[in-house]
Amino acid sequence: MLIEGKTGNWEIVIGLEVHAQVISNAKLFSGAATAFGAEPNTQVSFVDAAFPGMLPVINRFCVEQAVKTGLGLGAQINLVSVFDRKNYFYADLPSGYQISQYTRPIVGKGQLTVDLADGTSREIGITRLHLEQDAGKSLHDQHATKTYVDLNRSGVALMEIVSEPDLRSPEEAGAYLRKLRAILRYLGTCDGNMEEGSMRCDANVSVRKQGTTAYGTRCEIKNVNSVRFVMQAIEYEARRQVEVIEDGGTIDQETRLFDTQRGVTRTMRSKEHAHDYRYFPDPDLLPLVLDGKWVDGLKANLPELPDAKKQRFVRDYKLTPADADVLVAEKNVCEYFELVAKDRDAKLAANWVISELFAVLNKQGLDISDSPVSASSLGGLLDLIENATISGRIAKDVFALMLETGKEAAAIVEEKGLKQVTDIGAIEKAVDAVIAANADKVAQIKGGNVKLVGWFVGQVMKSTGGKANPGIVNDILKIKLGS
Amino acid sequence: MATLIDLTIAEARDALRQRKLSSRELTQAHVDAMGKAKTLNAYITETPDKALAMAEASDGRLKSGGTAALEGIPLAIKDLFCTQGTLTTAASHILDGFTPPYESTVTANLWKAGAVMLGKANLDEFAMGSSNTTSYYGPVHNPWRRHGDNKPLVPGGSSGGSAAAVAARIAMGATATDTGGSIRQPASFCGLVGLKPTYGRCSRWGIVAFASSLDQAGPITRTVRDAAIMLGAMAGHDEKDSTSVPRPVPDYENALIGNIKGLKFGIPKEYRVDGMPAEIEKLWQQGIAWLKDAGAEPVDISLPHTKYALPCYYIIAPAEASSNLARYDGVRFGLRVHGESLDAMYENTRGEGFGEEVRRRVLIGTYVLSAGYYDAYYLKAQRVRALIARDFTDAYKKCDVILTPTTPSAAFAIGEKADDPIAMYLNDVFTVPVNLAGLPGISVPAGLSAEGLPLGLHLIGRAFDEETLFRVAGVIENAAKFTAKPPTVGG
Repeated sequence: MLIEGKTGNWEIVIGLEVHAQVISNAKLFSGAATAFGAEPNTQVSFVDAAFPGMLPVINRFCVEQAVKTGLGLGAQINLVSVFDRKNYFYADLPSGYQISQYTRPIVGKGQLTVDLADGTSREIGITRLHLEQDAGKSLHDQHATKTYVDLNRSGVALMEIVSEPDLRSPEEAGAYLRKLRAILRYLGTCDGNMEEGSMRCDANVSVRKQGTTAYGTRCEIKNVNSVRFVMQAIEYEARRQVEVIEDGGTIDQETRLFDTQRGVTRTMRSKEHAHDYRYFPDPDLLPLVLDGKWVDGLKANLPELPDAKKQRFVRDYKLTPADADVLVAEKNVCEYFELVAKDRDAKLAANWVISELFAVLNKQGLDISDSPVSASSLGGLLDLIENATISGRIAKDVFALMLETGKEAAAIVEEKGLKQVTDIGAIEKAVDAVIAANADKVAQIKGGNVKLVGWFVGQVMKSTGGKANPGIVNDILKIKLGS
Repeated sequence: MATLIDLTIAEARDALRQRKLSSRELTQAHVDAMGKAKTLNAYITETPDKALAMAEASDGRLKSGGTAALEGIPLAIKDLFCTQGTLTTAASHILDGFTPPYESTVTANLWKAGAVMLGKANLDEFAMGSSNTTSYYGPVHNPWRRHGDNKPLVPGGSSGGSAAAVAARIAMGATATDTGGSIRQPASFCGLVGLKPTYGRCSRWGIVAFASSLDQAGPITRTVRDAAIMLGAMAGHDEKDSTSVPRPVPDYENALIGNIKGLKFGIPKEYRVDGMPAEIEKLWQQGIAWLKDAGAEPVDISLPHTKYALPCYYIIAPAEASSNLARYDGVRFGLRVHGESLDAMYENTRGEGFGEEVRRRVLIGTYVLSAGYYDAYYLKAQRVRALIARDFTDAYKKCDVILTPTTPSAAFAIGEKADDPIAMYLNDVFTVPVNLAGLPGISVPAGLSAEGLPLGLHLIGRAFDEETLFRVAGVIENAAKFTAKPPTVGG
């Protein structure tokens, strides 16, 4: 995407830093619990509260989650990494430093493929992934003059995933975040829930004249909490920068906040006020050394990820790439689809999930995990189509009744007598009746107007209330009309 | 029962097991002595009630045949170890009223071994100092005096209260910590045995941190055997400290058996520092003679980077301290001095809560870690540290243990080096390299200066070879026959 300015076209350059909360029952360096929404300060160990003499001990499971994520991003796993202290004072940072990884992260370079609306894909570089602790929360709105501190989040494990400045539009940034979130969910390493803050995004944005290669001065937009807001913030920020530059100004390297109410970014902290974090290796922790065989074991047991699933769906299920994209984008959609498609016509399953089911979910504003029709119930309906109990047309009516009543397809078909007529004798009778009543049209067919057979099929279906098996009707008509 | 407080830990242990003595009597004798020795200011918090209750519990266990290593033995605990339910100050105003809801691993190990806590020993604030004059709770007096001079002397530091208490017979032994010499230098100044174990030998969990990569807990006692008994109870792997080492704890008392025939001891030429008093040099020569007499062989060695040890230490230790002490912010525990904003509260709290030496080191540490200075100071110091460690590795290809003086001088008067931090830092010139290399070191009393003050010899061992240190220290102890007692101690 290019921005048309007064002086020509501008290109947007975007790099994203995503903070993804690691799915783990315990914190990164203490045994305290991590559940969201607990009463303030009920999930805090003396380590998290930085009491004198307390020491951090690495949580092995969090390390495993980070390595799995690195493997999922096709990234280099660093068998030796180092935890550093990032020093700054704040009331919700009890120790006065955050344990993070600075010069030697656990995961190095990787990449991620983003799929765009026009059907094209782009490779976006991942610079690194490192493990770090989250801070607590300062609550400024509980008291007129006081700030309260909740340390439940203090010490919770985060993965900071940094992209290269490879993204060129808000759309690409959105696609990157959605793809990254899908991968994290497939891996089970982060729930990707941006509203609850378990995935947060900082966007580094700069602009440059189309055709130039040097980077412009960037601004960092901190802590944006939805994909849509990230896209809006980037769009606003890029246009702001173009305007400033074209009006003869310069961009100050600074940290900005996105005001979701007004849809604008504004200065949070200028470069002059940037912290000097005084990073140095945490002397309480030894370098983190991984066993290469252990990493290989994790790699071998990695679940199938969205890109591989898409390829398999296209290859084995003969789905279109567009349909496959839709199905693999969300882990739970994919799981639903695969349950429906198992031992059934996968294309039929894909059509039903994408058109019929999604229409209902969108209309009712539901996530697929809350679908009123379960995967096995939808599968039951498709079984009835596949074994010719009902036609596709009747199936839509049955589906509507399933939504309405919550009953299984077979029960509805039984109850409403919607079972397709496959009794040849009965169909023959219906065919004979239509032939008898339309001798003129029979004559026309015999005279060579073969197209009229279709009209006869329609009449027979009409007279049977749509329940006659259209294939059998067709066969009988062909014999009877000698066409 | 005046003689009870003169018993060594080993003697008392045997008497307790033989039921010739009760822990209650032994502890009461120490509590009484503490009452008479208040001018030393060795304790910040005395816990006589707790001590007597623990003693009675010990007597119960002894009665039913209990033989835990330190059953019934009353000890002083440096007030840097968190003790559950007992005020823990690190000798700092900033920890006002801090009573830990947890027990440090080392003290928990001691209580498990049956030891009795007499109280929390004074120290330099946050263990920063070599004279125990930086404590918010006032300086500690060395029980020793120069001949014909009653001017109070420093006990050394930072474990000055621990050393003064053991020397004055108001504790049978004491826990201490050593970041650059804080066990060995006060032990030397007070005529005691002080052992700094290998880094990782004792858990740091629950010890108020000064410089995490250097801090190590150890005992101060009156005999080598007592130090061996205490270390055996203090040491061990702790999963709560990632830097503690999973190695079994040997029976250190067993290490005292046997001789040192054929053992090679190194004499580093770089430890002959300018301006070192002749009597220190003489003491060192005496030490060499004693070890030779016992069949060991002296070897000339070189530790070429020794001269960089102090500057390197005074970058790394303050750097770590500046970060470790960031948690004392007035938000969650200890002192809080009100301010109109969060930053003002930090400034007021930390400005008032930390003493001058602590503020100096926090400033130095913050500076050397700052953008633009990190490479020149911290990173370079880390490289030098690696070279210092390599010096020792190379030296141990030629010898089994290294013999040096503990300090370049005997104890000095309170206030003597107060205006010159550099002169003060020089106290640790022989001990600091050992911390930088993570090695074990022990100071053994070896004689008296012309002024009548104790002088110590210092042995440095291979990593995790505390046993050799104990064995060689035992030889020096036997040869030196150091029986002098501080003139302020009666009997």
